[in-house]
Amino acid sequence: MSLRRSDRFLAALGVAAALGAAALADARARRAADRPAAEERARLVARLGLTDPCLFNDARYTRHLSQADRFAPFQDHPRALEHFPSGSLTAGAR
Amino acid sequence: MTLRTALERQRSILDFALGALGRRRGKTLALVAVHALLVFALASVLLFTGGLREQVRAALRGAPDLVVQRMAAGRHEQVPAGWVETLGTLRGVSGARGRLWGYYFEPVSGANLTVMVPDGGWASPGGAVAGPGVARVLGLKQGDRLPLRTYDGEALDLGIAAVASPAVELVASDLLLVSEGDYRALFGAEPERFTDVAVAVPNPDEVTRLAEKIVRMFPDARVVTRAEMIRTYDAVLDWRSGLAAAVLAGAVLAFAILAWDRASGLSAEERHELGILKALGWDTRDVLAAKAWEGAAVSVSAFAIGALAAYAHVFLGGAVLLRPILEGWAALYPDLRPAPPVEPLALGTLFFLTVIPYVAATVVPCWRAATVDPDALMRGDA
Repeated sequence: MSLRRSDRFLAALGVAAALGAAALADARARRAADRPAAEERARLVARLGLTDPCLFNDARYTRHLSQADRFAPFQDHPRALEHFPSGSLTAGAR
Repeated sequence: MTLRTALERQRSILDFALGALGRRRGKTLALVAVHALLVFALASVLLFTGGLREQVRAALRGAPDLVVQRMAAGRHEQVPAGWVETLGTLRGVSGARGRLWGYYFEPVSGANLTVMVPDGGWASPGGAVAGPGVARVLGLKQGDRLPLRTYDGEALDLGIAAVASPAVELVASDLLLVSEGDYRALFGAEPERFTDVAVAVPNPDEVTRLAEKIVRMFPDARVVTRAEMIRTYDAVLDWRSGLAAAVLAGAVLAFAILAWDRASGLSAEERHELGILKALGWDTRDVLAAKAWEGAAVSVSAFAIGALAAYAHVFLGGAVLLRPILEGWAALYPDLRPAPPVEPLALGTLFFLTVIPYVAATVVPCWRAATVDPDALMRGDA
């Protein structure tokens, strides 16, 4: 006897739900595995007095966003234009 | 009608809806593929930025309570050592220390390094500790030599005493820790001057008051609080702004066009089908249920495929497709490995933004057409 279309569809949804549950379990395991590294990062930040994560370091003013002026990209010379790609993804400290 | 009968009825309608989708196999597969791609792109950015935001927040909990910079003619200026002493004696301040840090452009690799002087003898004169990204890009390991050029063109040869662990990649990838003497020799920094001052304030309630007091004491000072540092990265990594918004804007617009196309009308084939169903005795409610099931089958399948693929892409595949966006023109880029975010709220929002409008966009034109006479629908007059 062949399965009804709805049964096949619901079975596929069931598989997707099982994969979703597996992803949630994996997420929990990854968070637990990252905990020692997170503590190491926090310790280093406290010890060195770091202020910014290293996300964008193509330009000087995007490396330490919290310490930079919002107008830093335009400071180099009159009518200077911002041309670094990461500058369009970020904004300086408010 | 018992619950069992009602369920069986809905199952039969679902059978019919899936059959209808099967008759338009090519179109349905294309729709699911485009929809899944859209969800994949959005969910990848949301999962990546969500995970990164939590890691950044956790790391910045240890950042200085206040950073005091000096401004001169609209630019950063070195802070005199006297400021450090004065700030350390303020009521409510438990300590102040002058930070020495700057940028060094490494011409061979084209990388920008953050050169910093650590507290507590991490780097002895002539030695340096390299961040994991610096070691990777310059091919350094413990015991290697790193030749630098000082501000006046002299060579400064540093021995790599250690390479920082990959665990600290997020905060220290581009760091080069050197001794104070080497720092001043490298940049020609005057003695008794610092880049800025990190101030420790044990009572969080006093941070704002102290920041105001410092600006009153030193009118040329600019004070950055830890809350501002965290806020800066919240803005960059929040899904409603910054990085995510820049990437999502186009995708959301594409989805809006897709949904609008569905909502704006039915094809001649769909109208014909609707007319036949009504002529066969289906009531409007059943027709709408069949259409809702069609929309739900397409959008829920696409959401499941897109979201699961996004999870695999970000956390198993290292977010390879997002990397070029984040890297920009950087020659030295940290190998970021965000842990999955705790808050799945953004994914829930994505579900409601992509599935519900799509189902509505499928049902609404049918609801309009289902009220028309079946004969007119079949003839194509309506």
